Amino acid sequence: MAEVRLRKVVKFYDEVEAVRGIDLDIADHEFVVLVGPSGCGKSTTLRMIAGLEDITGGDVLIGGDVVNDVPPKDRDIAMVFQNYALYPHMTVEQNMSFGLRLKRYPKAEIRKRVDEAARILDIRDLLSRKPKQLSGGQRQRVAMGRAIVRNPKVFLFDEPLSNLDAKLRVQMRTEIKKVHQQVRTTTIYVTHDQVEAMTLADRVVVMNGGVIEQVGTPHQLYHSPATRFVAGFIGSPAMNFIPCQMEEAGSNLSVRLTEGLSFPVPPQRADRYRRHTRNGNLLLGLRPEHITEAGHHIQPGEVPFEARLDVTEPMGMETLVYFPLSGTQVCGRVNPNAGAKDGAPLRLAADLNNMHLIDEATGRVI
Amino acid sequence: MANVAIPAPAGAGRKPRYGSMSRDRKWALRWSYFFLVLFALFFLLPPIYMLITSLKTSAEISAATNPWWVYNPTLENYVGLLTSNQYLTFFRNSALVSVFVVTITMLISIPAAFALSRMKFWGSAALATGVFLTYLIPETLLFLPLFKMFAVFNEWTGIQLINRWWVLLVVYPTLTVPFCTWIMIGYFASIPKELDEAALIDGASWTQTLTKIFIPVALPGLIAATIFAFTVSWAQFLYPLAFTTSSDQLVLPVGIITTLIKGDVFNWGQIMTGALLGAAPPLIIYAFLMDYYIAGLTAGATKG
Repeated sequence: MAEVRLRKVVKFYDEVEAVRGIDLDIADHEFVVLVGPSGCGKSTTLRMIAGLEDITGGDVLIGGDVVNDVPPKDRDIAMVFQNYALYPHMTVEQNMSFGLRLKRYPKAEIRKRVDEAARILDIRDLLSRKPKQLSGGQRQRVAMGRAIVRNPKVFLFDEPLSNLDAKLRVQMRTEIKKVHQQVRTTTIYVTHDQVEAMTLADRVVVMNGGVIEQVGTPHQLYHSPATRFVAGFIGSPAMNFIPCQMEEAGSNLSVRLTEGLSFPVPPQRADRYRRHTRNGNLLLGLRPEHITEAGHHIQPGEVPFEARLDVTEPMGMETLVYFPLSGTQVCGRVNPNAGAKDGAPLRLAADLNNMHLIDEATGRVI
Repeated sequence: MANVAIPAPAGAGRKPRYGSMSRDRKWALRWSYFFLVLFALFFLLPPIYMLITSLKTSAEISAATNPWWVYNPTLENYVGLLTSNQYLTFFRNSALVSVFVVTITMLISIPAAFALSRMKFWGSAALATGVFLTYLIPETLLFLPLFKMFAVFNEWTGIQLINRWWVLLVVYPTLTVPFCTWIMIGYFASIPKELDEAALIDGASWTQTLTKIFIPVALPGLIAATIFAFTVSWAQFLYPLAFTTSSDQLVLPVGIITTLIKGDVFNWGQIMTGALLGAAPPLIIYAFLMDYYIAGLTAGATKG
């Protein structure tokens, strides 16, 4: 097991710069998820760590050694692919032991490791089957088994759950987490699904356009996003971004959304925002759960307002409401018993204690 | 819950046409049987005619009787050929040439196809196209320059190539290698990229990836290529006609023609027998390998 470090790593495909100089430190035993939209460079980064892509610039270090020119087989890594990539002509057991057999491990040792991995993954009954006799979930387990038996320094996962149906994906997500708790190998996991990223990761790396937008724990990314991209990417439904202006009246600061609507900024946040009163390109970022139905007791920092709902979406445990505000569509989450109806007015409350202010020009959260 | 009356769809009173699917299928089957039988008859008539003729004596062949019937069946043509050293020599030469050519072709084509389909190097795409273009040049254009080349080679080195059966081991691969390489590039290209990446990470060298992953997975393609190479070298006529002349160096197709046609005397019975016996080995090989050929071995490698 080992730590992985990226130093100013750059990747060009001909003229296209897929990865634009990223720095990343991944600690021993850590489970790090690279997440981002397609084409953000996350898979390329993973493949450079694996040694499947040449590195145009910078250094990749595994366990303290620069591995830029080390072939994949000597990097002591194991990779799980999106389409499983099982050897179709081999049984499950042969698939799992292939790497060990190539390295000429003793038969007894191979047997022991395969049995152990099969036990962890609960695939002992499948060892003599061929891949085509397995379901998608079982194939994915075998692919993970193939990685586990190698006992590598680093596990690399390239969107391993994308080919599974929604229910199985949730189940396998839990499995992967359990396996990591047992095996504790440093893991780098690539996905485009932010829910997978949030649920699995010790730390999440959000990538966009070949650069890292933010690195942090799931909690940090959710509650203190660094950029508009991260704020919008993490969380579902996505954060609302409402064009606004800062207004200062004496010591009080407020966010003006429209002519008739302005929210006072809670005092603990006012100092941070005060010097942006002249900035014309501001966005108020507010997560849907911070726009709820107004209760009888308004808490400090909450601001009640009246909205005419366009659409309501009952989800069971909550109802999503959509309404226009300051020229954009805004989403809120209300109690299913709050009486939200399509086309009807509803009294809502915005919780400005959890507000974010974004400079639209730089895309950064202030 | 209350019972809800579902309004009857328009035309509900009419009897539904159950089974129309299976009726369509039945007709499709009838038509395919009709055409298949037609084609089978068309292509089987010549071999049947050969069989009939091979069972006749020369006298009966030249007699003005019904050519589609054997009145006095005899095996004398078969006995005559199989006891003649000459015919057995042709057979042996053909077998040796075909086995060696298939081996040489595979030894060249498999690594070539692997390199061209997987290792991206400068000019690899142009090379792949070039391989295919080579195949498009007909042998009728090539045998004269090849003949000249062998003659020059003889002058320089003193090694006699012309009129030796093994010269065909040099010549036939010019036909088989490009085509087999091309077929296998296609088969190898259909193997998902992740499979060799997984092997690479598992610690396999390029050679191990080829022998332990690509060859087993692309076995149907390999067998198709083998069948092709065997058929080409077994049935090739022009090159052996041009490059070999002594009767102990001839292969079957040329041997039959040159030794069984004496001047204007056609020994039809033996010609037909020789051709029929000559056609047997490819048939047997086809029959054995067809099952492998059809099997879809890549199923289950990736999400399918």
